[in-house]
Amino acid sequence: MNSGLLYALTGVGLFTLGLNALIMHAHLLRKILAINVMGSGVFLVLVALGGRVPGASPDPVPHAMVITGIVVAVSATALALALMLRVRAATGKPRLPEERQE
Amino acid sequence: MSVADRSRLPLVSRGVRLLLLALAGGLSYAVLSLPDQRVELSDQVSANMAASGVHNPVTAVLLNFRGYDTLLEMGVLLVALLGVWSLGTAVAHRRGGPGPVLSFLVEGLVPMMILMAGYLLWVGAAAPGGAFQAGSVLAAAGILLLLSSKRLPVRLVGRPLRLVLVLGLLAFVVVGVTLLSVNGIFLQYPPGLAGGLILFIEAAATLSIGVTLAALFLGGRPDSDT
Amino acid sequence: MLAGLADTPWSVLVILWPLVGALACFLWPRHANPLGLLAALGSVACVATLAWQVVEQGAQRHAVGGWGAPLGIDLYADGLSLLMLVMTAMVGLGISIYSSGYFDRKTAAVFWPLWLFLWTALNALLLSADIFNLYVTLELLGLAAVALVALAGGANALTAAMRYLLVSLLGSLCYLLGVALLYHSFGSVDIAILAQRVEPLPSVWAATGLMSAGLLLKTALFPLHFWLPPAHASAPAPVSAMLSALVVMASFYILLRLWLEIFPLSGAALGQLLGLLGAAAVLWGGIQALRQTRLKLLIAYSTVAQLGYLFLAFPLGTSFAWKGALYLLLSHALAKAAMFMAAGNILRFGGHDRIADLDRVVQRLPLTLTAFSLAGISLMGLPPSGGFIGKWLLLDAALYSGQWWWALILITGGLLTAAYVFKVVGYAFTPAEVSHEARTVPARMEWTALLLALAAVLLGLFALWPLTLLDIGSPLAGGYAG
Repeated sequence: MNSGLLYALTGVGLFTLGLNALIMHAHLLRKILAINVMGSGVFLVLVALGGRVPGASPDPVPHAMVITGIVVAVSATALALALMLRVRAATGKPRLPEERQE
Repeated sequence: MSVADRSRLPLVSRGVRLLLLALAGGLSYAVLSLPDQRVELSDQVSANMAASGVHNPVTAVLLNFRGYDTLLEMGVLLVALLGVWSLGTAVAHRRGGPGPVLSFLVEGLVPMMILMAGYLLWVGAAAPGGAFQAGSVLAAAGILLLLSSKRLPVRLVGRPLRLVLVLGLLAFVVVGVTLLSVNGIFLQYPPGLAGGLILFIEAAATLSIGVTLAALFLGGRPDSDT
Repeated sequence: MLAGLADTPWSVLVILWPLVGALACFLWPRHANPLGLLAALGSVACVATLAWQVVEQGAQRHAVGGWGAPLGIDLYADGLSLLMLVMTAMVGLGISIYSSGYFDRKTAAVFWPLWLFLWTALNALLLSADIFNLYVTLELLGLAAVALVALAGGANALTAAMRYLLVSLLGSLCYLLGVALLYHSFGSVDIAILAQRVEPLPSVWAATGLMSAGLLLKTALFPLHFWLPPAHASAPAPVSAMLSALVVMASFYILLRLWLEIFPLSGAALGQLLGLLGAAAVLWGGIQALRQTRLKLLIAYSTVAQLGYLFLAFPLGTSFAWKGALYLLLSHALAKAAMFMAAGNILRFGGHDRIADLDRVVQRLPLTLTAFSLAGISLMGLPPSGGFIGKWLLLDAALYSGQWWWALILITGGLLTAAYVFKVVGYAFTPAEVSHEARTVPARMEWTALLLALAAVLLGLFALWPLTLLDIGSPLAGGYAG
């Protein structure tokens, strides 16, 4: 197993860990961070698998895709954070309604 | 935020963990079973580099071969800013000016960061760099300025600010439509002009990206906006 | 001049026109209403011209940048995407005219750029032939939709928007991981090339599961529908209309494309699962709609139920079944948009949307009530509406393939729909005890609702054109192709 595959498996691990955190945690900031971790996992898979063939130069197309993906993730995170602040201002708690009852 | 933040029952938690473990196992198996062949798309990229107008393959893919993705992505940035602006005005910045350390850093760092952004933009044609990287550094400079309580003068907030924000998208659309009317295909750069057109679009995009990201940091509409 | 018209790549202009309109509305916010309406009219004209071009010359493929797949990105306009584009244009025009009367000037300046960006994302999504490009358009669509939901302000809308954003991002990330696996298995992200190269590898199974899960989350199929009712109900009325009619349609369209072109090896099991979930959605959504006390929540649960019908086509898999599902999608878009607009009128008029107190309101809004009833006729599936044609095709396909139990679901769903539609309409015929203090509703808001509802009902009479359109260059061409 070369380093490309190892990083790709790490990406899969990040994706799953992020998904777990997204489901299990109630605080909105943690959910947003979980989404970011999942995103990093997906980007890692994209890039790492591009370099899994030993000795060949890395594939530039996944790199460009990941740059696009990072910009999209940053934009979405910014919107999510601003929304979270407004939710807290409107409801008093940075949580979604059903999570507050438990 | 305490450790006991988890809102789910322990049984649900155990079930979720098992399912996710299975998911991770399945995905790992899928990844490991991928055929070990070289992707011929990167060969196609290398073969067409001469016609692309730049020497850096990632920039070529981002601004030439798959430039349409980049166009849409600039739209995503702008929509996120529109969304943040629609939520309300900017969070009030704290009272009192910046401390001495911050002032010193801002005076020293911001000019260098602007220079660095320009360099990254220029070198993106041949080495790692380009519009997004330069735009991020520019945004960081902008955030430093915002942190030290500097704001745009009132007359620049409004149409001038909005113009800078859409500059990248506008450049893409104008270049694309011009080329469309000239030779019938959207965003097809003539081989001789490709390098120059890419630099033009990237320069506009750098400005837009930098200002958009800095404005996103502000968290809301600028106070003096309509 | 006609030769010039025929050579222009109208698919590009269909995407660029609303984009330029959005930028114009952003740069000149004081003139957002007229600029926005101009953009809407122009988009409809571009789509009409593209339709003419596709009908005359067949499916259109445009290689952006001149490179062509797999190096570049292709725009592909066939019968399926064209039909969705025409539907988007019709509903979009209606929503645009409605919104010009709904929002005050200050909110309109914020609404129009977001709405036109959403329309751009829809057009770009429907024309894209590249699965990574579809990811970017999905994100553009999602962010614009979330921002529009949050426009209503207030705790309900903001929490609904937050939940919607998290769900949307989760769906997109699952989709993107699937794209990564597909790319690294076959070396391309172009749909046509993937369709040729696809083999039953473990990574393809994983990608199928991931991408389907992500898209099902975005299409709100039971049990992943939890985010939809609060989001669609607490958004402003035109936003609810565009969400229920257009945004959920987009992810379903992508799922359909992938299913027909790249995942045909998925086999019967996954199709049966989708059919089961669809049936559950129809029943559960219908029952929940009956239980609601507020009009917009009722209509939102109705969307959950109607989306369930679409998934009944997956276990059937024949061309008739797909065409039935698409016809249902078409008529649902028109009918649901009309319904939400009617609800918006009622809300504007009476200041509330409590169903129990509607009798004091609807008697003074005859046009709105007619719109709501006509939309209900289409949702119930009564002739001659588009809903009837769609259900008829699905029933036919179900009985032909021997899977008669789906027919039962179709009939039960229709009965549930009738129940909750009559629950609302019934109040129009009860005498009002107390005369209500009324606010005026702008005429254009009532008329757009009525015209869209009328279109939904008349769609059944003009079924031939859309159904034959689906045969142009699309994977649905042919009789009983699976």
